[in-house]
Amino acid sequence: MNVLLLVVTIDGERVALPAAAVESVVELDTLIPVPRAAPHVAGLSALRSRVLTVIDCKRSLELGTSDCSDGIREAAVVELDGHHYALIVDLVEDVVEALSDPSPVRSTMGGGWERVSQGMVDTEGGPLLLVDVAALVTGGAEAKAA
Amino acid sequence: MDDLIADFVAECREMLEALGGEIVAWEAEPDDRARLDSIFRFVHTVKGNCGFFEFPRLEALSHAAEDALADVRAGRRQADGQLVSAVLAVIDRIGEMIAAIEAGEEMPAGDDSALIDALAPGAEGTAAPAATAVVEGQGRVSSAPRTIRLSVELLDRVMSTVSDMVLARNELARRLREAPTEVAVDGAFERLSAIIADMRDAITRTRMQRIENLFVGLPRMVRDLSAELGKQVLVDIEGGDVELDREMIEMIRDPLTHIIRNAVDHGIEKPAERLKAGKREIGILSVSARQSGNQILIDIQDDGRGIDGKKLVAKALDVGLLEMDDASKLSPREQLALIFEAGLSTAKEVTSISGRGVGMDVVRSNVERIGGIVEVDSKPGEGTRMTLRVPLTLTIIPALTVSIAGQHFAIPRSAIEEIVRATGESVTLEHLGGAGVATIRGRRVPEVSLAGILGLESEVGEKDRTLVVLRPSGGDVYALSVDRIHDHEELVVKPAAPAVMATGLYAGTTLADDGSPILLFDPAGLALVGGVKLEAQERSARIADGPAAAAAKSTAVLLFRALDGSRRALRLAVVDRIEEVQVDSVKEAAGQLRVQLGEAILPLAGVGGTKPADGKIRLFRLNDGAHEIGYAFAEVIDFATIDNDIIHSDNPGEISGVSLINGAPAELVDAHWLFANHVGGTARVSEPLVCRVPSDDVWMQNMLRPIVEAAGYRVVGDEHEGHADLVIAAQGAELPGDAAGKTIRLRSEPEPTGKKDDSIYRYDRAGLLMALKTVAGGRGQ
Repeated sequence: MNVLLLVVTIDGERVALPAAAVESVVELDTLIPVPRAAPHVAGLSALRSRVLTVIDCKRSLELGTSDCSDGIREAAVVELDGHHYALIVDLVEDVVEALSDPSPVRSTMGGGWERVSQGMVDTEGGPLLLVDVAALVTGGAEAKAA
Repeated sequence: MDDLIADFVAECREMLEALGGEIVAWEAEPDDRARLDSIFRFVHTVKGNCGFFEFPRLEALSHAAEDALADVRAGRRQADGQLVSAVLAVIDRIGEMIAAIEAGEEMPAGDDSALIDALAPGAEGTAAPAATAVVEGQGRVSSAPRTIRLSVELLDRVMSTVSDMVLARNELARRLREAPTEVAVDGAFERLSAIIADMRDAITRTRMQRIENLFVGLPRMVRDLSAELGKQVLVDIEGGDVELDREMIEMIRDPLTHIIRNAVDHGIEKPAERLKAGKREIGILSVSARQSGNQILIDIQDDGRGIDGKKLVAKALDVGLLEMDDASKLSPREQLALIFEAGLSTAKEVTSISGRGVGMDVVRSNVERIGGIVEVDSKPGEGTRMTLRVPLTLTIIPALTVSIAGQHFAIPRSAIEEIVRATGESVTLEHLGGAGVATIRGRRVPEVSLAGILGLESEVGEKDRTLVVLRPSGGDVYALSVDRIHDHEELVVKPAAPAVMATGLYAGTTLADDGSPILLFDPAGLALVGGVKLEAQERSARIADGPAAAAAKSTAVLLFRALDGSRRALRLAVVDRIEEVQVDSVKEAAGQLRVQLGEAILPLAGVGGTKPADGKIRLFRLNDGAHEIGYAFAEVIDFATIDNDIIHSDNPGEISGVSLINGAPAELVDAHWLFANHVGGTARVSEPLVCRVPSDDVWMQNMLRPIVEAAGYRVVGDEHEGHADLVIAAQGAELPGDAAGKTIRLRSEPEPTGKKDDSIYRYDRAGLLMALKTVAGGRGQ
């Protein structure tokens, strides 16, 4: 098994993103809000003359809003259908190797975790929840209502 | 056509190259089904295309090979060495011919029948010519190709990289401005900028495609459609060489297809109906494209039954799209524009092609999404014209940057009509039940606050904002109030992420020179989210227009050249219509010129008192509500308005003054004076004139009397004792002594009996009326 995972913290929870989907990890400074957009769209930012749509993962999971007022935020940049997104996370930890295929989590998860879950993978540091990047970008029921 | 041949040649060459290996492998292993299939595909493709391009020799060859191979595929025949050789010979000959076509040469001379015969089962000994053909063919094919084929994806990637490069350049420019730099660095940067601009131009051109690609499928589509509908339609295509961004071509494919389907389905009538309407059996559908500035105009015109605006209105009332009050105020153009409303179809029955009332609204929204406009013009019975206006390219958009609550946004410049300050002289801003209404120079437009739409708090007071007047769809205007206007910029716009587009407010994103992202608004989306009722508003805007125009001093006039050559103007309101008459119908009677127009006789003005020599004269028929006057003129120059001051003449007369109209002085004709002087006499008549008609003349009593009475006379008989203004008598009849009034004598022969005979033929209605009027006019003087 040599699938690489990016370990990040969202709302205090350590989860894994498939490293292949992540282009880079950046620190966002400016954030231009997008009025009337779904609440989990935190705004726009620029990265090397590219426009990034910034997604607040915490809000996407309906766990509250990340505090972006202090300026610099860590984010993972992913590409989806030709658009670039920056996923705001609390902390980017490390890249680890997956030791197993994802297996279903059989207990009920809280918040929006259920929606974004792709299962549980084992790593050296213990089992981690593998998160579906596309589901994070799409947002939950709140986004559909908006 | 040349393009298509080039495509055909390129395709064949590609296949030939790919086949090179297959043929050899097939030769070694004639039973290999996969190889057989690919060779079969090649000859099949060649055959299909040849028929289209009229290369009979190529077609015959490929057809023969296809037949032979089809037999093998169907198991009717075994592939043996002899067949393989024969097929190879054919393929080589095809290659040879394609090379000739590509080089624009004549087909190599020679007879292909030997090759074709060799394909027949049991043919022998024909391998030799094949061998020579191979040698010749290879010699020709080796010429270097002048074009290469690229995948569209690659081209798109190059384009997007260049766009990124432009943005990177902008960022670098900003950094250079911030830090003090050496002249040499600036110079190098300038050069880099110029190169990037050149490159962007070139790459933009590579994405350009001839619109022919879009048009090429139309004749077939129309043929199929018209066959299905039992109609005959001829397609006339023009301007296929106009170039358009490839992406744009894809974007207008669906709207164009839909419009053409509609034209064939609803526009063009069945042959029998067309004949009945006096048209040719075959309907003509012409599609033309032309470039106008940075826009492409595509016209789709049919000569069918046209669109009945009233029917559309009725239908719109029916489905509740329109209120009765509004409906009556629609101009013909606005009536036609109703076809773009959702849920409106005038087709009586739903056909498989169109008529479900979905469509034209989708066409409009699709065209508008790419910054285009669709317009309709139609004359019932004569046909319909649809015009698509689309921008040349999508990617670089001139835009205006504005700000609200400190955040910058961009508005496409194409949608901006004007920019006014909310405190401007000619602008008033009112709120009615919370809804903003701006009146700009008498035009009333809905006003929406950008801060309101976006849900932002603006620290700029309402009165200090700036109004951007937007016309998103070529018809409907609204004013958007923003905090501040910044700059005009050329922006490289990219589509925004779906989550952003879902708001319906934005058309894309871009980066400003300072490197920060900017959202580009979609003006139609803003209006929608802002709650502007577009169609309805446009109507009331026009209503507000009316009184405003009346209050202003501008008066609509008809500018014309008088018979004496002077440039004159008449107020449009008094001109009823323009008539053309023979000079013969102008007669001098009762002291002034009169003109006969059909049944009516009008005083004639504008001729300077003298009767025109001969030929025809044209005249305005003026109407003051009660009387009519003819006013002769030489030619109409234009419709105009009086915007400048009028210098009044000192003496009352035909000309009341002079004013600058359309940049040159023009005399203003005083309509009041005309009426006062030419019909004043009859106007003062209070007592009806008395006409004595013989009581015992049956014809006169029954036939003449009504005419005389209609002319305003009171008819009396012989027994009448008092004064009579007019006496009508038969020719030769004895008159009573009373000769105070005028006498009209009627004769029963059409021709007068002599020169002194001033009688009127009794069925010369016009002459009779003229005489009656002359008497009436005479009393007034």
